[in-house]
Amino acid sequence: MMTTEFLVPALIFGLLLCCAMCLYRITQGPTAADRMVAIDILGTVVVGVVAIIMVVTGKAYLLDVALVWALVRFVGSLALAKYLVGKRLNE
Amino acid sequence: MNEKIGLALIVIGVLFDISGCIGLVRLPDVYSRIQASTTCVVLGTTLILVGSLVILGSLPATIKGVICILFMLITSSVAAHALSRAAHRSGVPLWDKSVVDRYAEDGEGDAGPEGADKEAQS
Repeated sequence: MMTTEFLVPALIFGLLLCCAMCLYRITQGPTAADRMVAIDILGTVVVGVVAIIMVVTGKAYLLDVALVWALVRFVGSLALAKYLVGKRLNE
Repeated sequence: MNEKIGLALIVIGVLFDISGCIGLVRLPDVYSRIQASTTCVVLGTTLILVGSLVILGSLPATIKGVICILFMLITSSVAAHALSRAAHRSGVPLWDKSVVDRYAEDGEGDAGPEGADKEAQS
């Protein structure tokens, strides 16, 4: 039981570290494509965060939140990719 | 027992997530970052979802979770492919030490990747 009490905050801290690295790449990315890839990865990490929150709180409706978030993230990534084609957003 | 198995799966998934994000920060190129981060983070998030479903252990949540996992496995690869194709068509150069660029050899890229390809070949 003590290991569980210690483990869950460590897992949430690890996923927040992932979010921090994605935010670093969003702010410091040399090209626009780097920022779009980091936004895509950040959306995937957030699904994992919602799953861990679902385990901690025990509320099963958070799975719907994860599913809808994955849908919206997919549409947003495709829209960003479609916007990027043919544009010179670099430098 | 279910809780221990689920926690082990979640820990493995978080480690995969962290390694994918380290690849996102450390690798030198857009295409390398797409390849490393997408595969690792999608596998890690899938393992986290499987572990949380093992801990919950109810049938409706398991059905919804399996739908969510299948959807993520399909759409993440589609989104990464679209992003890498858009990056190549918008003229993002390859890394200096890249050795091959099949998409520019097919002649479908714009003028920018062809210039980068000539630089890479010279």
